[in-house]
Amino acid sequence: MSAAGALLEVRGVSKRFGGVIANRDVSLDVPAGGITGLIGPNGSGKTTLFNSIAGFHPIDQGSIRFDAHEITRLRTPKIARLGVIRTFQQTHVYRGMNCVQNMQISTSQAGETLFTMLRPSSPAMTARAEALLEFVGLHAKRYLPAGELSFGQQKLLEFAMALMSEPRLLLLDEPTAGINPVLINGLVDRLKRANAEFGITLLVIEHNMRVIMNLASHIYCLAHGELLAQGTPEAIRSDPRVIDAYLGGR
Amino acid sequence: MRGHARNAVVMIAIGAAALAAPWIAPAITTQLAFLWLMILFAVTWDINGGQMGYNSFGNVFFFGIGVYVCALVQRDSGLPYYEALFAGIVLGALAAGAAALVLGPAILGIRGHYFAIATLGLSIVAADVASAWEYIGAASGMAPPVYPGAIESRTKFFYYLLFALAALTFVVVRWLYSTRFGLAINAIRDDEDKAEAMGLHTTRYKVFAWCVAALFLGAAGGPVGNLVGFIDPRDLAFAGATFGVWMVLMAVLGGKGTLWGPVIGAVVFHVTQELFWTYLLGWQRVAMGVLIVVIVVFFPSGILGWTLRSRRHAVKSLPQARTQSAS
Repeated sequence: MSAAGALLEVRGVSKRFGGVIANRDVSLDVPAGGITGLIGPNGSGKTTLFNSIAGFHPIDQGSIRFDAHEITRLRTPKIARLGVIRTFQQTHVYRGMNCVQNMQISTSQAGETLFTMLRPSSPAMTARAEALLEFVGLHAKRYLPAGELSFGQQKLLEFAMALMSEPRLLLLDEPTAGINPVLINGLVDRLKRANAEFGITLLVIEHNMRVIMNLASHIYCLAHGELLAQGTPEAIRSDPRVIDAYLGGR
Repeated sequence: MRGHARNAVVMIAIGAAALAAPWIAPAITTQLAFLWLMILFAVTWDINGGQMGYNSFGNVFFFGIGVYVCALVQRDSGLPYYEALFAGIVLGALAAGAAALVLGPAILGIRGHYFAIATLGLSIVAADVASAWEYIGAASGMAPPVYPGAIESRTKFFYYLLFALAALTFVVVRWLYSTRFGLAINAIRDDEDKAEAMGLHTTRYKVFAWCVAALFLGAAGGPVGNLVGFIDPRDLAFAGATFGVWMVLMAVLGGKGTLWGPVIGAVVFHVTQELFWTYLLGWQRVAMGVLIVVIVVFFPSGILGWTLRSRRHAVKSLPQARTQSAS
C-alpha cells in the first residue's frame, strides 16, 4: 500500500492523551496532486491525526514525512512554511481585522524575514487577496471585520487564507460543516478547482458522505483511533466494516 | 488624500503648539514635559498591549534601565555634560532593548494573564534589586550631575528632549503599523494559534515588538532622571504602582489597539490627574481610583473605540432605517 514518493507519508503514528488512545498505528499516504479523504465516526481520531501532521502536539510513535522530509518533530510554524497548511473545524480567523487584512497576512511565510515584513503589502499581493476573496464569494464583505462574518463565511475566509499562502498540501478539517446546504455544491466545486487549477494536494476530513464520495479519489476510514479501511469511494461505501462503524454495530 | 491632508494639519498644529508651549506657559513646563513622557508611555505600551494582545505590567522595567544606565554614564564616563547625557540616552535605550531581546523569548512564550503576572514580577524584582544595589545608590537613590545652566533653561531643555522622543516614538510606531509587521502582530493578538498554523515567525515578531517599546522607554529614562534631578528606585525608575499602571490605564482609556487612542488617553489622563492634584488635594488618589473604575466599567474600548463604534452604528443604522421605511 505504501506508494513510494507520496507527498505525505504517515507511518505507524500513535498518539495518546492520558489513558485515551486517540490514534493507534495509523499509516496513510497522500499522493501528490490528488484529493484524499479521511472519514470516521465522531471521536475516531481524525482531528488528532491532523494535529499530529501539523505539529500541534508531539506524537508518541511513528513518523510523518512530507515531500521526503522528516517533519515528525518540527513545530507548527516550520511545517506551515514548508507548505503544509491546515484549516480548523472550529474557525480560526483574525477576528479584529477585515477580510483583506486577513488575506494580506496569509501569504506564504517561506523566506519571510523581519526585514521583508517591515514593508507595506504590495499592490500585487492585495490584488491577489481580492481575487481569492472573489473566488470564495466574499468580495462584497471584504472590508468587514472577520469576526462579524457568519460561521460559514468564516470557513470560506479561512479557505481563501489557506489558498493565499499557496500551500502544497492543504489539510481541510470538515470544510462543509456549518455551511448553508445550498452553498455546499459551490464549495465542493471550489475545492476541486483549487486542486485542479492551483495544483494543491488536498487531504479532507468530512462528515458529509455525499460530499466526500464526490470529492476524493481515495478514502481512508478511521474508527476508534485505528485505520479501519481504505479504498476508492465505491469500495468504501460498500465496505461492511465501514457501514458497521457508522451505524454503531461492532 | 483628504484624510492625509487633515492628518498633516493636525500633526503640524500639535508640533507648533508643543514648540511654543514653554514660552507661553513657562510655569507648567515640567508638567508638559511629563505629558510627553505619558504619551510615550502609552504609545509604547500599546505596541504589545493593544496591537499584539500581550498586556504587560512590567514595561516600566525598561524605563528604569534607561534611567539608571544614563545616570551611570553621566557619573562614571568622565565625558563633558552634553556628551555624557547623549551617550547615556543611547546606551540606556540599547540596554533596555537588549534586556527585552534576552527576556522576550522566555516571557513572551507565556500567554494571557500569566504573561501579565510574569511582567509584573519583572518590575517588582527590578525595584527590589535597585533598592539594594550599592553601586547604583541602593535605596537612597542617585542624583544625576547638575545641569550647566539656569533652572528655567534646564527645564526647557529636557522638555524639548522629551517632546522629540515622544514625537519620534509616534512616527516610528505609526510607520510600523503601516507595514506587514503591523498586520502580523494584529494577527497574533486575534488568534496566535492561527498565526502559527499559517507559518508566521510569531516569537520573532513578539520579541521585536517588545524591543521597540523597550528601546524608546529606555531612551526616555535618561531625560526624566535629569529633569527630576533625583532618582529613587521605587518612586521614579521602577515605579510599578504609578508609571507601570498608568501606562496600561492611559492606553485603555484612550482606546487600545489604535494609533491615536493611547495619545488621547495620555492627554486626558495627565490633564485630569493634574486637575485632581490642584483642586482635590488630599482626595486626588481617591478621585483617580474612581476615574479608573468608571473607565473600565463604562468605556472598556476607550474614548476612541467608543467614538468610532457609535459613529459606525450611526452609519450602519442609516441604510437599515431606509429599507424599513421603504417596506
